Amino acid sequence: MNFDFSDDQKFLKSEARKFLDARCSMAVVRGVLDDPAKSHDAALWKAVTEQGWLGAAIPEEHGGLGLGHIELCAIAEELGRCLAPIPFSSTVYFLAEALMLAGSPDQKARWLPKIAAGEAIGCFATVERPGVLTEAQIQARVEAGKLTGVKIPVTDGDVADLAVVVARDAGGTSLFLVELAGPGVARETLQTLDPTRSAARLSFSGAAAEPLGEPGEGMALAEAVLYRAAVLLAFEQVGGADRALEMGRDYALGRYAFGRPIGSYQAIKHKLADIYIKTELARSNAYYGAWALSAGAAELPVAAAAARVSASEAFWFAAKENLQTHGGMGFTWDVDCHLFYRRAQQLGLVAGGAKAWKERLVSQLERRNAA
Amino acid sequence: MDFNDTPEEAAYRAEARAWLQAHAPRPTGKIDNGLDDPVSMDASRAWQREKADAGYACITWPKQWGGGGGAAWQSVIFGQEEARFETPANPFAIGLGMCVPTVMTAGNEADKERFVRPAARGEEIWCQLFSEPAAGSDVAAARTRAVRDSEDWVINGQKVWTSGAHYSDFGLLLARTDPDAPKHKGLTMFWIDMKAPGVEVRPIHQMSGASNFNEVYFTDLRIKDSQRIGEVGEGWRVSLVTLMNERLAIGGGGGAGHRQVLKLAGEIATLAGPAIRDAGLREKIADWYVQAEGLKYTRYRTMTALSRGQTPGPESSIGKVVSATLMQDMAAAALELEDQFGIISDPRLAPLGGAFQTALMSAPGLRIAGGTDEILRNIIAERVLGLPQDVRLDKSVAFKDIPTGR
Repeated sequence: MNFDFSDDQKFLKSEARKFLDARCSMAVVRGVLDDPAKSHDAALWKAVTEQGWLGAAIPEEHGGLGLGHIELCAIAEELGRCLAPIPFSSTVYFLAEALMLAGSPDQKARWLPKIAAGEAIGCFATVERPGVLTEAQIQARVEAGKLTGVKIPVTDGDVADLAVVVARDAGGTSLFLVELAGPGVARETLQTLDPTRSAARLSFSGAAAEPLGEPGEGMALAEAVLYRAAVLLAFEQVGGADRALEMGRDYALGRYAFGRPIGSYQAIKHKLADIYIKTELARSNAYYGAWALSAGAAELPVAAAAARVSASEAFWFAAKENLQTHGGMGFTWDVDCHLFYRRAQQLGLVAGGAKAWKERLVSQLERRNAA
Repeated sequence: MDFNDTPEEAAYRAEARAWLQAHAPRPTGKIDNGLDDPVSMDASRAWQREKADAGYACITWPKQWGGGGGAAWQSVIFGQEEARFETPANPFAIGLGMCVPTVMTAGNEADKERFVRPAARGEEIWCQLFSEPAAGSDVAAARTRAVRDSEDWVINGQKVWTSGAHYSDFGLLLARTDPDAPKHKGLTMFWIDMKAPGVEVRPIHQMSGASNFNEVYFTDLRIKDSQRIGEVGEGWRVSLVTLMNERLAIGGGGGAGHRQVLKLAGEIATLAGPAIRDAGLREKIADWYVQAEGLKYTRYRTMTALSRGQTPGPESSIGKVVSATLMQDMAAAALELEDQFGIISDPRLAPLGGAFQTALMSAPGLRIAGGTDEILRNIIAERVLGLPQDVRLDKSVAFKDIPTGR
């Protein structure tokens, strides 16, 4: 049995933690939170680029490190732990994964080296209105290679260079690559729950759009990208939950009420034990997702959905109960609890909420049982 | 990251599987799996002896004491392979998992020589005599008295929740030797002969209808001082060895799970159409699935640590606290799905042979046995997260002066 990170992967993970401890303190996260003009922390983005993390799972022939997805999962957990305010997930889990999944040899050769070098920020532009992403809600349209329509919200859409867009065309619904610096693209930064991760409305009026993958396969490909991203996001969520648990534990040890540490009361102990339980379940489900992703296994849809459901639940529970453990101080701007509370929602919704993922999971189980 | 055996593990697994294929008893249909049936008990003993002869009983124990002299990962792999066969019931688990390891850790040489090998071979069965009517979660509140009488001790009192007491040969007894000392300091550990005069075993009729546990009464039971395990007053420290093994030994649920709910939901109608189309139920099934799978992969992480020769991390402590409630929640939801039919527990009539009715009536026991949900959360909070113990009003008071309530 070999169901854990290897020694090398653990070393990579601990080096990543040290690196981020030094460069991504809560002050860095707050620097983005408190400055509406800042979409992300540019210094951290540069540092992460120099580590080669953007290309961790990109093959060496395309300028990446060619390590693999397990290594990327290890990095994701550490980025989630420190609430890294950078467009990493949009660029790596969505854009790079979409290219590796569906890109032509030319598209891969053109974009993957730029992603690995930190020269191209990505985004994944799918939804247009409230509610789960379904084909019915997609109005954006490509005719003669020109995209028209509106995508909202698009995480990192305000800083991205290249968007993966789901739109209708003659073949049905397809995926497209759209360079956002070109003509026919208007972007508007949105006010969001978690300002440490920016989002935008992208309005397209005749922007040049290049097909990504087979025509008519847009929804299936978008779903396939979501499964891959869900596993990686689950590691960010587990990292965040773990850190929120540590915060709650530390506070419960130091805060006294009625003459003793609040952490000696069962009401607090059981709350923190429940965070631990949910986080460990989520970690185990995420590991299974990591295995399925790296092995290219047929179980990926089930594994990714389970990882996503479990991790979204764990991070949200950890974030809200850590805040509760802090009492009134937890509700202040100055204490960091709300940063986790915000990020838990951001990560829980960015690739679709738990309700939709639970439905995906049960549909997959039905299919598996029928087979 | 994968699920594959290392070459060494694969070799051991192949060897174990071949041995099991050659030696595992074929189900006869005559065994009812109730250990009160002598045919059943004989089959269990014979199987244990055969495993011991081949080094597959107590795999991690030293060979000199009848064990296999192997590693923990070997024990895990053999257990997995053995589970593929319909082997006889195992009445030895408590003795070999908890009592005898306590003798091995804290007992004297003569006791080890006398007890370890026969237990490993299934010749002698042990039970654990810790819990009492007034000492459940608070095991150290045991009141069963052991009073010194020259070279003997005289035992009076009552134990409860004793699995297998009625077929056990020996018991590991936690008794109060000094009521004037604080609670944890006045306890001493002994072994006793369960067939001695002065020991009376009465079965407990459980809410599930079964009787897996007993009450054990001691009336002027006379034992030798040589039956003491560890020093006088050191019983609590000795008991920690046993309890640590207990929490590892009591595993997850088994029985009816999310697959069965999914199957049931496919066969049942609601006012709004087939139950399986019910969005609320689908969400619940997803929640149960991720908990059950999360536990499964947590066990894989534990096995990985063993496989790498490491000590498993604290994540192994979450098993029972999750699985017991999961079992209860799924059972209650499945009965609701069956609607009015849900009250029928007759296995010939109830859906899925009454599996969920059985689960509903067993789940409360699982949430309590071997540490309640609440005690397990305390343990996670204190041992894993490092939070302080609750304030103990009884810690430095003489045991006899601690308030007892009713």
